[in-house]
Formats: sequence, structure tokens, C-alpha cells
Amino acid sequence: MSTFDLSSSQTGGEEPRRRRRENTTITPQGAPNRRNTELVLLAFAVVVPMLAYANVGLAMDGKLPSGMLAYGLGMGVLALVAHLVLRRFAPYADPLLLPLATLLNGLGLVMIWRLDKAGSLLRNNFEAASNQLMWSALGVALFIGVVLVLKDHRILQRYTYISMVVALVLLAAPAFFPSRAEDFGAKIWIRFGSFSIQPGEFAKIILTVFFSGYLMVKRDALALASRRFMGMYLPRGRDLGPIIVVWLLSILILVFETDLGSSFLFFGLFVVMLYVATERTSWIVFGLLMSISGAALVATSEPHVKTRIDAWLDPMAAFAPKPPANSTEQIGQTLMAFGSGGTTGTGLGQGRSWLIQFAAKSDFILGSFGEELGLTGLMAIFLLYGLIVQRGLRTAIAARDPFGKLLAVGLSSAFALQVFVVAGGVTGLIPLTGMTMPFLAQGGSSLVANWALIAILLKISDSARRPAAEPAPTTTVDGATEQTRGALA
Amino acid sequence: MNKPIRRVSIFCLVLVLALMVRVNWVQGVQAEAWASNPHNDRNKYDRYAYPRGNIIVAGGQPITRSDFVNGYRYKYKRAWVDGPLWAPVTGYSSQAYTTSQLESLSDGILSGSDSRLFFRNTLDMLTGKEKQGGDVVTTLNAKAQKAAYDALGSKKGAAVAIDPRTGAILALVSTPSYDPGRFAGTGAEDEKAWNELNADPNKPMLNRALRETYPPGSTFKLVTAAAAFESGRYQNIEDVTDTPQRYVLPNTNVELKNASDDEPCANATLKVAMDYSCNTVFGKIGADLGGEKMRTQAERFGFNNPGINVPIRASESFFPSKSSADGTAMDSIGQHDTRATPLQMAMVAAAIANDGRLMAPYMVDEERASNLTTISKHSERQLSQAVSPATAQKLQQLMESVVQNGTGKKAQIDGLKVGGKTGTAQHGENNAGLPFAWFMSYAKAPDGRQVAVAVVVEDGSSERDQISGGGLAAPIAKALMKAALDR
Repeated sequence: MSTFDLSSSQTGGEEPRRRRRENTTITPQGAPNRRNTELVLLAFAVVVPMLAYANVGLAMDGKLPSGMLAYGLGMGVLALVAHLVLRRFAPYADPLLLPLATLLNGLGLVMIWRLDKAGSLLRNNFEAASNQLMWSALGVALFIGVVLVLKDHRILQRYTYISMVVALVLLAAPAFFPSRAEDFGAKIWIRFGSFSIQPGEFAKIILTVFFSGYLMVKRDALALASRRFMGMYLPRGRDLGPIIVVWLLSILILVFETDLGSSFLFFGLFVVMLYVATERTSWIVFGLLMSISGAALVATSEPHVKTRIDAWLDPMAAFAPKPPANSTEQIGQTLMAFGSGGTTGTGLGQGRSWLIQFAAKSDFILGSFGEELGLTGLMAIFLLYGLIVQRGLRTAIAARDPFGKLLAVGLSSAFALQVFVVAGGVTGLIPLTGMTMPFLAQGGSSLVANWALIAILLKISDSARRPAAEPAPTTTVDGATEQTRGALA
Repeated sequence: MNKPIRRVSIFCLVLVLALMVRVNWVQGVQAEAWASNPHNDRNKYDRYAYPRGNIIVAGGQPITRSDFVNGYRYKYKRAWVDGPLWAPVTGYSSQAYTTSQLESLSDGILSGSDSRLFFRNTLDMLTGKEKQGGDVVTTLNAKAQKAAYDALGSKKGAAVAIDPRTGAILALVSTPSYDPGRFAGTGAEDEKAWNELNADPNKPMLNRALRETYPPGSTFKLVTAAAAFESGRYQNIEDVTDTPQRYVLPNTNVELKNASDDEPCANATLKVAMDYSCNTVFGKIGADLGGEKMRTQAERFGFNNPGINVPIRASESFFPSKSSADGTAMDSIGQHDTRATPLQMAMVAAAIANDGRLMAPYMVDEERASNLTTISKHSERQLSQAVSPATAQKLQQLMESVVQNGTGKKAQIDGLKVGGKTGTAQHGENNAGLPFAWFMSYAKAPDGRQVAVAVVVEDGSSERDQISGGGLAAPIAKALMKAALDR
């Protein structure tokens, strides 16, 4: 019985249940694999952006966009292929993650296309939607690649220290490439001619792999060999080493690449994983103290960071007749876009979010969503992100091995931190940092990396929810053995 | 490890929740403030995203247009049928330089964003109709406006005409004027025109009819005469005044002079004093009545009222509340500290013509939605009872006598009953400036229609002695009154 066969997998849940009624023997019952739920959700995830696409065309040109069918077909085929691959190779994977990612990716594409259509109203505007569609295809390809190649997530554990080296190289690389004026001081790109990648997006995943592998080995030492002091378990001096190394590393990123966001993300990620691995609250206290002192240190010495903080405290300063040096209108413009959007928004294609100008399609794409879809739309988008994070963390809870738990919790919280840092910065909740909104924003590296992240989470969830292989087929019930065999295939 | 994972899970939820609370704050609580922030260019673009409503004159003709230019940012642009003629009425509506006067005050209706249009806009949105601003119907009379504008010609000055019975403003002219269409857009030409107009020493963008105050000169003697009758000291226009040949201002040794020593001003009757515009007579009456009585009378005509909105806010005309006796004498002949807008003097003429009832001046008769339904309609309002009807009758006799026998002969119009008063106001340090020529008057047609006007000319002639209210301003007033009552 092949799980790739649609008809049989649909009835897969029915058969053992019927047999159980005939047979009083308790048989391990496989969780329903939920692939059909995923298919239905995927249909929504493809249709909703298509309707949004039609909406933009009708609002801006008065007719349905000519590329609508091709676009819908493209997204539909990508989603369907990803779904079929999951059916075959990760049948018990979480059913929500793929539709959520597809929906966000599709909405991002529509908004980028809409901003393309703003033409010269947007400074340095160029057609980005077709590129983004290509990157989406590449992202889904990598997603499929990961699902196919990564037979078991525990394989990654073997590459713990290689991961560390690769992550360090990726993180350090941008410092050696010149930054451009329009990058606004942040050095987070590697450029080859017109082609550029943001290695930080990949480093996020690879670093999580390293942390998971490292902490899995060291967790007992870190957790148990500690002294109790004022109700807290203090780690031994020598065990403090790794956290200090990571802390220094994040400070270095901040200083040499002036990238507040990545620095915060990596350090936060490490503290979270350390806490999960050791179950010691003291690490959080340490982490907070260290990040506060680090941020204070850098904020006072680095003019770039100070500028960002000033812009956060007074977003409208840049509009003054004599704006302070290096000030930027972006945050003020975005807040005005949010305000003009109000509760229900102007409707897709009918806002003027091109006023945000710089990075309107990438870091600030939420501004366009806020203006055209309003508070309602933003709440929905945050809900989608929240769901991705919660499904990831659920996977962590369900995972059966500590490495899988750590990896899932790391990837999910890195995703959550990134969403918080970007959206918080754009909405003026925290100082702005240069990072892209996962799936929504223009940018190939981010898109491809996040598709890979989802793929890994799906693999972990597949192995977590897969019915446990029985020691030996002790019952003679054909269905049970067959089912187990099928699931393992 | 599940316990810490659950805690991390809650932490991540808190992060997302914080974002949600934040956007609710920005897009819910603060939304209005951000949307209406002066730096939010959306409001500028919105104003010109669909046809702006028009400002319409009494006959029904629009004096503005909304031109479809289909620009990148702005779809429409404001245009004027005859910009310089109507600029004092409409103000400007510029993409680059915002709006002023009526364009600004009625912006809600004109741009269609007024809350009273909300229901209609929502309906239009649902039915897919293009949004369109509403119209503002004014009381202005195109013929009168044109007559006054042409009569003022290249002179610097202003003219106002009011219907005394209602307070409706029929003409509102200020020269030199400007064409608001020259800077309605955002281009380099617009910027050049804007800078030029602002740098012009003649201040073409100043609305002299409403927003400039002048010493009213002898036209103010009617207010003094009104106070004289109202005080009860004088009952009749033939009453003889107690005026010496040479009047020395109280507590000083400064002598108040008349235009010429030959004028029969000594112990003149009020009628003769008004015909010849005797400074001595009215200076002394004012000083005798006292500053307090004079101020009360002036205020009943609308002086010292900062809230005269037509709906463009007129500058406050001024009569001092505390003045020495010699100052009051000078105040009473419209010199010294007394200041008045042309609108104010037209209001004085209007109150006298309307038997003492001063109607609140207005120029917006009706605001209506794009489908012509009325949003608001002006209802006439009495500002005050400036003088008793009996006093008003006497003042009318005085004014009509001035036009028949006195300094205002040039304002006579066949077939109309015309009353007026000239003024030649000194100003500047030691009266060094060229005097302002004034004429305020009213005309009544046999069928009961009326018009009250005030005209001021700042620079009638480069020769001092060529300047007189009767010579320069009266013909303009005549042209204006004639056009206003012409059928």
C-alpha cells in the first residue's frame, strides 16, 4: 500500500478503526495524517492571494490582471507539488505550516506586484514581482529538497561543529563586502554584481542546528553542575564560556555589520535554547543582563544604532524644517500609512504606501499591508505568523528526541523573534532594525531560507507524529502491520 | 524539556500579542492623528483625487473649475474662471501651497470629506460612483463684482457691497489681485509664481476688503452723528451745533482744522456739517459725548468685534476704549486710533439704510452635495440694532444730502435714491503717507432693493491734493451700486 496513492491514504484511517471494533485487542492507532486538511487549506492559501491579485488589478486598472491565470496556476502548481511530496515523504507532518507559508508568500507577491505598479512614484522602483515569483519557486524547490534529502532530522546532529564553522563564515562574510549607500549603513549582504544574498537568513537556521547539537551534549553539564545562590542556580565559570562567546559574537556583528536585528536575533535565540536545554531560569536572567549591557554599550558608541533609537523615540523628527543628521522619514511615513489605513484599510491598490519610499517592498512591506488592508489585515497577518510559531513549538513539544525538540524550539523562536523585531520596528514598538518580514517581504535569501526552515519543522513534526514503530508485529491483525509498514515507507 | 518549551511558547505568544496591541494602538486609537498629520501627504493627494466641488455665484455660474490633469500624484487641479476677479472671494486651493479663505473654510464640502457627506459618500462607494466634492453657492453678484473690479482698475484698494436687508455680500473686490490658478499645481512655474506674489511689495494676495484695516477718516462721522442722535442731545438734522470757528482740541493747544477755512462750519447745523464734512463739528461732538458713548455706538455697528466671519474672518475693526479727550475728538472723525475694514464701513452704511438693523454679513448662501441636495442653507441673522429706526432715518437724510448737495455729488444715480459719505483719511508718521480715499454709501431702488457699499482707494494719485473720497472713491461706488441694482 503506497501512501502516495491518494485514494488509499484517504481511507487509511478508517480501516483499522473498523477492525478494532471486531477485535478487542488494543492496537497502536496511528494519528490521522491530516494531509487532506492540508490540501483544503492549501486551496484557500492559493485562492485568497489570487483574489487579492484580482482586487489590485480591478482597483488600479479597472480590469482583471492579464497574468492572473498564469500566476494562480504557478502558485497552485508549486503548492500542489509541495503537498504531494509531503504526502509521500512526510505524511504525518503538521498540516498547517505549508498552507500558512503559502498564503503569506502569495500575499507578499501580490503586494510587491502592487508596489511595482506604483511606477515612478516609488523611488528606484523596478519590477520585482517576477523575480520574487522565481525566488518563491526556488524556495519551494529547496523545501522539497530538504523534505526529500533529510530522511531524519537527527542526521543534522552529525554536522554540529561543521554548522558552527559555516554559520560563523556566513555571519562574518558581509563585513568584508562594501555596503552601498541605500543599505542605510547595515552590512548584511554579500554581493556579486547585481546578485546579492543575505547570509544572515541562512545563518539563522545553521546556527540553530549548531546550538541544538551543542546543547544536547552539554545540557547536563550546564544544568547540573551549578551552585545555588540567592535562589538561582549559577553556572560554573567554565560553563559560562559558550554564552560569553555567542554574546561577543553578536556584539561583533553589531559593531562590524551595524546590524542590530541579527545581533538581537542570534543572542535571543541562544538564550532561549539554553533555557530550554537546561531548564534553568538563571540563564534568562544572565541573558537579559548581558543583552541590556551589550545594547547599552553599543548604543552609546555606535552612531548608527543611536540614530535608529532617536528615530524610534521621535519618528517625526525627520519632517522638521531642520531634521537632525542621518534622520529618516521611514518610520514616520509608515506610521502615517498605518493611520491612513485605519481599521479597514483603503483597499488593495488604493492606498499611497509608496510614500514610504525606501524599502517599501522589503523591510517596510507591512506598511503597505497596514494601509491597504487596515488593522483587520494586519491582525490577520500577525495571526498567521503566530500560528506558524505555535505549530513549530507544538512540534517541539511533540518531538521525541531532545535534538529535535531543541531544533524545533530554536527555529520557531528564531522565526518569532524575527517577526517581532521587524514588525515591532516598523510599527514603532521597538527601534527599527534592518530585517525582512519572513515570506512577505521582497528578497530571495529570506524567502528561500524560510522555506527551508518550514521544511525542517515539517520533517521534525512528521517524525514526531508518526506512529511509533512497534518492537515486533505481535498481533496478527494485518491492518496494524500493514499500516505501520506503510507509515515507515 | 516540555516545561520550558511551554514557557517559550507563551513568551512567543506574548511577542505576537504585543505586536497586535501595538497595531491596535496605532491604527485604532491613534489612527486619526496619524492620518491627519500635516506631514501626511495623502491628504494633499486625496483633495485632488477626484473633482473638487465648485464655488458658485448668485446667478448660478461657477467661478471655479476642477481640471482633469491626470498627473502621477494629482488627478485634478483647481482652476478659476477669472482668477484675479474672484481671488478675494475664493482664496486659493493649491496642490503645493494648501488652501486659503473660502477654499479652505469650505474644504470639507468642496473636497467631499465633510462628515455631513459621509452617508452619501458611502452610498456612492457602494454603487461605484466616482466621488465628487459638493458645491458652495455664494451670494456674490457677478455684475457688481466685475463693475467694482473694473472701476478700481490699476488702483490699489478695495470695494465691498452688501444687501442691507439680509447682510448678503454682493461684491468683494481687492486690488491689485492675483490669479490663484498660477500656483494651483506643484511645478516650477507654480513655485515661481508663488514666490513672486509673496515678494510683491503691493501684496496682491492680501484681501484688503476683509483683512486690512484703514483709518476710516470722515466716513466715520456718520457713527459720531449716530451717537449724537442716540444720546438725545440732537433731535434733528437741522439742529445747530455749538462749534467755534477755531476748535482747539481739549487740554491741548492743537487746533483741529477743516479742509478749508472758508467752509461754513462754525455753529453749523448737522446737515451742513455733514455736507461739508466739518472736522471741527464732529470732533467736538465726539469729545463732548465722551469716549465711552462713542465706543458703545461704534461697537453696535460692529467695531471691536473679532468674530465677524463671513465665513472668512474679517480683521477686527477698532475704536479705542480709553482715550484722552483730544484723542476721542480725533477718533470721532475716523483718525487717530480708529481703524476699520472696508467691510466694516459697508456694514455701517447697511445698518443705516436698513433702518438701524445691522444684519450679519455673509457670503455663503448654501452648501450642497454633488447631486445638488442642500447640505446647509444660510439663515439671516441680525447682528445688532445699531441705531433706532428714527436715528437711522435722520442719518439717511444726512447721507442723501451729502450726495445731493455736498462732497458726494459724483455718486448720484438717476432713478435711485443714493446716500453717501466721503472720507479722506490721513495716515502714516505725521500724516506723511498719501491719504486714503473713502466712500461709503447706499442706494435704494423704487422696488425696494437696496445695496450698501464701501470703497477705499489707497493710492489714488501721487499728488496729495488730487486725492479725495468724493473724487476718487465715489465714482467707483457709483459704478458698483449701479451694477448691483441693475436688473
